[in-house]
Amino acid sequence: MPQISLTVNGKPASAEVESRTLLVELLREKLHLTGTHVGCDTSQCGACVVEVDGKSVKSCTMLAVQAAGAHVTTIEGLASADGKLHPMQEMFREHHALQCGYCTPGMVMSAIDLVNSHPDGLSEEQIRHGLEGNICRCTGYHNIVKAIHAAWFVMHGKEMPIAAE
Amino acid sequence: MIVDGIGASVKRVEDHRFLSGKGHYTDDMNRPGQTHAVFRRSDSPHARIKSIDIAAASKMAGVVAIFTGADLAAEGVGGVPCGWQIHNKDGSPMAEPMHPVLAIDKVRHVGDPIAMVVAETKQQAKDAAEAINIEFEELGGISDVRAAIAPGAPLVHDDVASNVCFDWHIGDKAATEAAFANAFKIIKLDLTNNRLVPNAMEPRAAISEYDISSGEYTLHTTSQNPHVIRLLMGAFVLHIPEHKLRVVAPDVGGGFGSKIFHYAEEAALTWAAAKVLRPIKWTADRSESFITDAHGRDHVSHAELAVAEDGKFLGLRVETLANMGAYLSTFAPSVPTYLSATLLAGVYTTPAIYAQVKAVFTHTVPVDAYRGAGRPEATFLLERIVDVAARDLGMDRVEIRRKNFIPADAFPYQTPIALQYDSGDYQTTLRECLRMADYDGFEARRKAAAAKGKLRGIGMSTYVEACGIAPSAVAGALGARAGLYEVANIRVHPTGSVTVFTGAHSHGQGHETTFAQLVADQLGIPFNQIEIVHGDTSKVPFGMGTYGSRSLSVGGSAMVKAMDKIILKGRKIAAHLMEASLDDVEFKDGKFTVTGTDKSKAFAEISLTAYVPHNYPIEELEPGLEETAFYDPKNFTYPGGCHICEVEIDPNTGTVAVINFTAVDDVGRVINPMIVEGQVQGGIAQGIGQALLEHAIYDESGQLLSGSMMDYTMPRADDLPNILVGTESTMCTHNPLGAKGVGEVGAIGSPPAVINAVVDALRDYDVRHLDMPATPAKIWGIINAHTLKMAAE
Ligand code: FES
Ligand code: FES
Repeated sequence: MPQISLTVNGKPASAEVESRTLLVELLREKLHLTGTHVGCDTSQCGACVVEVDGKSVKSCTMLAVQAAGAHVTTIEGLASADGKLHPMQEMFREHHALQCGYCTPGMVMSAIDLVNSHPDGLSEEQIRHGLEGNICRCTGYHNIVKAIHAAWFVMHGKEMPIAAE
Repeated sequence: MIVDGIGASVKRVEDHRFLSGKGHYTDDMNRPGQTHAVFRRSDSPHARIKSIDIAAASKMAGVVAIFTGADLAAEGVGGVPCGWQIHNKDGSPMAEPMHPVLAIDKVRHVGDPIAMVVAETKQQAKDAAEAINIEFEELGGISDVRAAIAPGAPLVHDDVASNVCFDWHIGDKAATEAAFANAFKIIKLDLTNNRLVPNAMEPRAAISEYDISSGEYTLHTTSQNPHVIRLLMGAFVLHIPEHKLRVVAPDVGGGFGSKIFHYAEEAALTWAAAKVLRPIKWTADRSESFITDAHGRDHVSHAELAVAEDGKFLGLRVETLANMGAYLSTFAPSVPTYLSATLLAGVYTTPAIYAQVKAVFTHTVPVDAYRGAGRPEATFLLERIVDVAARDLGMDRVEIRRKNFIPADAFPYQTPIALQYDSGDYQTTLRECLRMADYDGFEARRKAAAAKGKLRGIGMSTYVEACGIAPSAVAGALGARAGLYEVANIRVHPTGSVTVFTGAHSHGQGHETTFAQLVADQLGIPFNQIEIVHGDTSKVPFGMGTYGSRSLSVGGSAMVKAMDKIILKGRKIAAHLMEASLDDVEFKDGKFTVTGTDKSKAFAEISLTAYVPHNYPIEELEPGLEETAFYDPKNFTYPGGCHICEVEIDPNTGTVAVINFTAVDDVGRVINPMIVEGQVQGGIAQGIGQALLEHAIYDESGQLLSGSMMDYTMPRADDLPNILVGTESTMCTHNPLGAKGVGEVGAIGSPPAVINAVVDALRDYDVRHLDMPATPAKIWGIINAHTLKMAAE
C-alpha cells in the first residue's frame, strides 16, 4: 500500500492508503478527523467539502494519493487554538444556519471559499448559486444565506448595512 | 427574571460542537476490534431465491462471517414487527405478512437484504458481498397501487389476496350520501400525492456490540427513538430483555420520520455481534438509503366535494389507495388512516365526511411516515379541491375559505370524523398572512411579470394538522401497539445545577437549548446550570422519542410535571427550614418565600439541604431531589395556519421560480422563536421540494429510476426563496405549556400553496389541476398543448 504524507490543519500527517482510498476516507478513518462528513456517493451533497491548497474540494471525489504533499484544511482546523470560532462558524451560530449539523462542516468550508473568492461583494443570488454543490435537508437555506451574507462583511472587515440584516 | 427562559431566541447550545466538527454521529465512532458489515441486497423487485452460495465469498481476504436468512431462522429470530394494527371495514384485522430480517425464499423489493457479510474492513466486506452467488427465479414485480389490485397482478405475499393489506373506512356514509343528494354542485378531483425519499443528510448507520461476560448487547444507531427500537427489537425480533439491551442514538443528522422505524439492519447487526464476538459497524451508502429507508406519501385519491350554491361545503367523500411497499414498516398503517383521513375536515365546517382507504402491497421499498405523515396528503387533497371548487363556482379563493372556516368561537370543535380541535383562529392567521404577503398588491405584480413575459401566480393554503398523538388509551383503541406518553426525569444536583433526562430525541430540533430554556424558566435558575440528556436507554428511564411534532407538547409537558414535583418537595424542605407551614411557602423566580415576609431560601440552598439533610424533616421526607414524570396527553394538539406562495413561470421553458413564500402559523406556545422559525422554513423547503422537484419514480416492475441524488432532485439553495415566517398563536388548552408543535407545519401547509400558485399562474391555459411535482416538462407540456389547440381552432 502506498504511504503518503501531507499537511492537515497545519500539522504533518502520513498514512498508508490503498490506491482506491478517497481523501475523505483518509481524513475520517485514518486521521480520525470525523468533522468532514459523507452524505452521498455521487458527489452531489457537499457534506465532505474541505480545503486543499486553498481551494474547496469535495473530498469524496479526490483520491487520498492525489492529496500527497498538499495542505488540507478541514472543519476542525478553522477555530483558533483557544477555541475561538472562525467568523463563518460564528455567523452560522448567530443566524441559526444549522439544525442537525450534518451538512454544516461542508457548508461552512464552501461558504468560506465563496466569501474569499468574492472580495468585491456577494449578493444573495451569488450565495444561492455558489451553494449549488451543498445540500442541506434541514434549514431551507434561508438562514445559511443570511449567515454567509453577514460573514462576508466580517471577513472583509466591512460594516454591514443595518437594513441588510 | 430568567433572560434565557421561555420566549427568548437563545443561540443554540449544540452549535459549537457541530460547527467545529466535534459532533458525535454514529459513523464517527469506532470500537476496538471493530468489524464492518455490508449487506448483499436484491437487484430484483420480485424473485424466488433458488440458491445462495457463500463458499467463495467466505474464503475472501478479511471475511469474518457471512449470514443469511436461514441462519437467523434457525435460531428463531422473529420478523420485523409493525406497531400499528388497522381493521378492515368488516372488523377483521389487516393482513400482516412476515417481514424477515434477511430474505427467506423470496425477495420483494429492490434493496431487500439477503445476506450480511462481516469483514475486517468495509471494502473487504463489499468485495465479498459482491462475490456471493445467488440464483434467482424472476417473478415479475409491480409498483403501482392500481396495477397491484388488478386481477392477475403478481402477489407480493402469497397469503395476501389481491395485495390488499386492509380496506378501511371512517365517517358517516349515510349522512354524506344525503349531503351529496342535496348538493348544488359536486366538485370531483383525482389526485396523486407523489412518493418521496426522505434523504436526511446523515445516512443510516449502526454499531453493534456484545459483552460475553455480562450478556449485554449495545447498539448505537441513527434513531429518533432509541427506547422504541429497544422495545421492538428486544421483545419481538431478538428476544433480549431490556436490561441486557442498550440502544443509543447519539447525534443524529436529521430524521424527518425515516429514522423512527425499526429497520432490519439493526436486528441483523445486533444478533450477529454475539456470533462474531466483535463489534460490527455498518453505514449505508446514499444509494443504499434510497432503496432501504422507508419512503413517504404515495397516495392515489379520488375526492368529491358537495357544495351549496353560496359556496358552503356540504359533504366530502374520498377514496384513497395507499402504497405500503413490500412490507409493513413500523407505523405505516396509521399514516393514510388515522393520521390522514381524520384530517379531512381541515379548517372547515363540512358537516358530513366519509373516507375509504385501501392499503396496498407493491414491490417497492416500504412506505411510512415522512415529515407530516398523512397530514400533508389530506391537506393537499383538501386545499386543492377547495381551489377547484372556487374556480368551478366562480368564487374568490379567499372568500370560499372564509365562508367555510370553523369560527374562532366554536372551539372546542368536534369534527364529523373523530377529532376534536381544542383551539385555533383561522380568520386571524389568514388575515395576517394575506397582509404579510401583500396579497392585495398581487395583481400589480402579475402585470409587471407579464410585461417581462413571465406568468405570475399566487396560491394559498389554510390548514390544520394534528400532532402529539394521544391519549394512549385512544391511540390504543385506534390500533397503536404502544403508549404515546413521554417521560422526563429531573435530577437536581446538590449545588443546584440540573440534569434533565428526556425520552424525546433531538436530531436537529435543538432540544438541548429549548428544553434548557423551559427548565430555566420554570425553576428560575440560570440556563447554563442545566444539562439535557437524551438518546440513551441506559440513562433515560423510558421514552417514546421524537416524531409527530410531539417533543415540546408531550416531552416538555412531562418536564413541567416533573418540575412540579421538584417544586413541591422543595417547598416542604423550605417550610421546614423557615419554620413555616407548607401553604405559606411559595416558589417564584428561583426562590422559596414565606408569603408576606422577607424570609426566603434560594433554590440551591434547598437542593443542598436535600442532599446534606442535617436540618431536615427526615421523618416525612426522603433526602435527595430527583423526580420522574410520565405525561400522557389528553388530546392531540392542533397547529394550523396559512401559507401563501407566489411563483413565476417561464412559458418558454416551463420552469417555476418560487418568488415569495409567506407562512403564518399557529403553533401554540413558542419557547425559542429563532428555532421555531427555522423549523417552519425547513419544513417549507421540503414542501416546495415535494411540490416542484422531488419524486421517487419506479418503473412498472419495481425498479427505482430516481435512486440517487443525481436522479432525485433535492431542493438546493437556488431552488428556494427567502421564507417569511410569522406566528399567530392560540394556546393549546389541555397541556400545561399551551404548546402545539412546529416540526411538521411547514411540510403540511406548503405543497398545496405552491400548486395552487402554479395553477393560478397557468390560468390562461385551461388547467384545473396539476399533480406534484410540477416539473418544467409537465408545465411546458401543458402550455405547448394549449398553444397547439388554440392554433388549431
Ligand atoms: S459526500 Fe462528497 S459530495 Fe456527497
Ligand atoms: S443542518 Fe441538517 S442537513 Fe443541514
